Amino acid sequence: MSLLIYFIIVPLAAAMLTAFINIRAKGKGSIIPIVAGSILAALSLYCARQLNFTQVLTYKLGGWAPPLGLSLVADGLSGFLLVAVNLVALLALVYSSKYMRHYTDDWKFYSLFLIMLCGMNGVLLSSDLFNLYVFLEIASLSGYALVAFGVSAEDLEASFKYMVMGAMASIFILLGIAMLYSYTSTLNMAQMAQALSTRPAGFLISFVSVLFFAGFGLKAALVPFHAWLPDAHSSAPSPVSAVLSGLVIKTLGIYALSRIFFNCLGISNKILMALMFLGALSMVVGAFLALKQSDIKRMLAYSSISQVGYIVFALGVGTPLAILGALFHIFNHAAAKSTLFLNAGTIERATGTRDINKMGGLNASLPVTGYTSLMGSMSISGIPPFAGFWSKLLIIIAAVQAGQIAYSVVAVIVSIVTLIYYLRFHTKVFFGLPVQNTAEIKEASPAIKWPVIILGFICLAGGLLLIPSLRDFLNRGVDVLVAGINYKDAIFQAVK
Amino acid sequence: MSLYFMCLILFSVGLYSVVRKRNIIKIIIGIGIIEYSVNLFIILIGYRLQGRAPILSHDQAIENMVDPLTQAMALTTIVIGLALIFIAVTLAIRIYEKYGTFDITKIRRLKG
Repeated sequence: MSLLIYFIIVPLAAAMLTAFINIRAKGKGSIIPIVAGSILAALSLYCARQLNFTQVLTYKLGGWAPPLGLSLVADGLSGFLLVAVNLVALLALVYSSKYMRHYTDDWKFYSLFLIMLCGMNGVLLSSDLFNLYVFLEIASLSGYALVAFGVSAEDLEASFKYMVMGAMASIFILLGIAMLYSYTSTLNMAQMAQALSTRPAGFLISFVSVLFFAGFGLKAALVPFHAWLPDAHSSAPSPVSAVLSGLVIKTLGIYALSRIFFNCLGISNKILMALMFLGALSMVVGAFLALKQSDIKRMLAYSSISQVGYIVFALGVGTPLAILGALFHIFNHAAAKSTLFLNAGTIERATGTRDINKMGGLNASLPVTGYTSLMGSMSISGIPPFAGFWSKLLIIIAAVQAGQIAYSVVAVIVSIVTLIYYLRFHTKVFFGLPVQNTAEIKEASPAIKWPVIILGFICLAGGLLLIPSLRDFLNRGVDVLVAGINYKDAIFQAVK
Repeated sequence: MSLYFMCLILFSVGLYSVVRKRNIIKIIIGIGIIEYSVNLFIILIGYRLQGRAPILSHDQAIENMVDPLTQAMALTTIVIGLALIFIAVTLAIRIYEKYGTFDITKIRRLKG
């Protein structure tokens, strides 16, 4: 379907237009990005609907069929993530139309943001390993620039750290891709899966697996590779933190990791064990480090590490139920963490600090921020009617069914720790007695309010995705990962 | 084989520079060296001894050509590397303005 190319063209064109037009017209920078974001969100919903009728959507770039040409492929997994990415990005853009006015040259922000969105969409759609690497770099490079957007000393330091780590990760990934190419003589993932299935898995495949683990693990901030994340995500402007934490680590890290390991290299028990162990380690370390933070955004960033741990752990359990839990948790975490980061930005603007010990009683003056934060926190820590509860429940049930009792106990304990630090955040920031003079703190404009209200509503009602008529949306993604390397057959049928 | 080995040495030199050096500029140079070594590796994958340029014309048989795809890949990674170095150097300049030093051990305001 030729619509797929617009996921890449629209943000790129909008980025360029924003840059050109806003050099002259000041202050109206957000119109083109928001229009582009709406188009993308509508397109992603349309594609998700199209996937009801056909298993795979494809687009051949330049009309060349693979292996000669590149092709874009959207299947159940990409379709699901495209919806999450483009919806959250649109809401973040609407939020930043007001929030970013305080920065100089906000059109640069919109351009970079749209280029990052283009990179993420490209990663989700590419069916070719080198193409995936190029889009990954597009998203990462604009990410480094966006983290440093405030150009304070801390922003620059965080961005430099992120850049060095990210560059090393990209180099590992590129090295792995080059080795796979020399072994299989193709870069197309489906053909590579076919070539690999006819040969014995030798030392080279293990070595490449380690390279990919290090590379994508760094991008996803799994625990031995997590050092950059708290700095980068807490220093960036809030809409960027929301997108980095909610989307970038998932598309560049988890999606690419699972796509390559499940659909291309073929999953083995050793890899599943490694995923499970790294996931559980991230859960525990992230949660306990979040417990002692007093900076709101640092706490949220460590919480991201912990929640990414849940997702990777569930992928490592590897049963269809666990993978359903993982994908559902990706969606829930994207919604909840974006809500919380956007609200953290509102709080920082209103009080002038990010230290939770210097706040109190903000619920009276910022009711919308308070209640939507509560929704996001409850969803992340897994309180029943909220969406996060259902995904965590699925993950823990699947782990018990797979016989991983020890790991599932860890998951339950981490969930309780998560609840503890979010409750601490809420009692200190929103409840209790006002510490500052709250009389002059007022709820901000509709552009700030409505995105978080919508995201909060998604946190509350996200559990509805599990009812049978809507469940196909998630199940199609699960089918892709469960099919493993047999998935190549569907691609071969679609791309002729 | 010795070419691959030299490629590995280049990679190690770059990695040493990134991990051990304290000066930001030297770290950036290290990233550059690593990138060159990976580019060299990509070119070496597609190289054939005594190979000729991969130009297709009607009177020539397709034999003993080097792989053009790896060369295209190397060109792309060079461009990406250039973008990365631009961002890195820009950050280094701004960091020097704020902190007054290139020493990575003195640039430590973020912790926790």
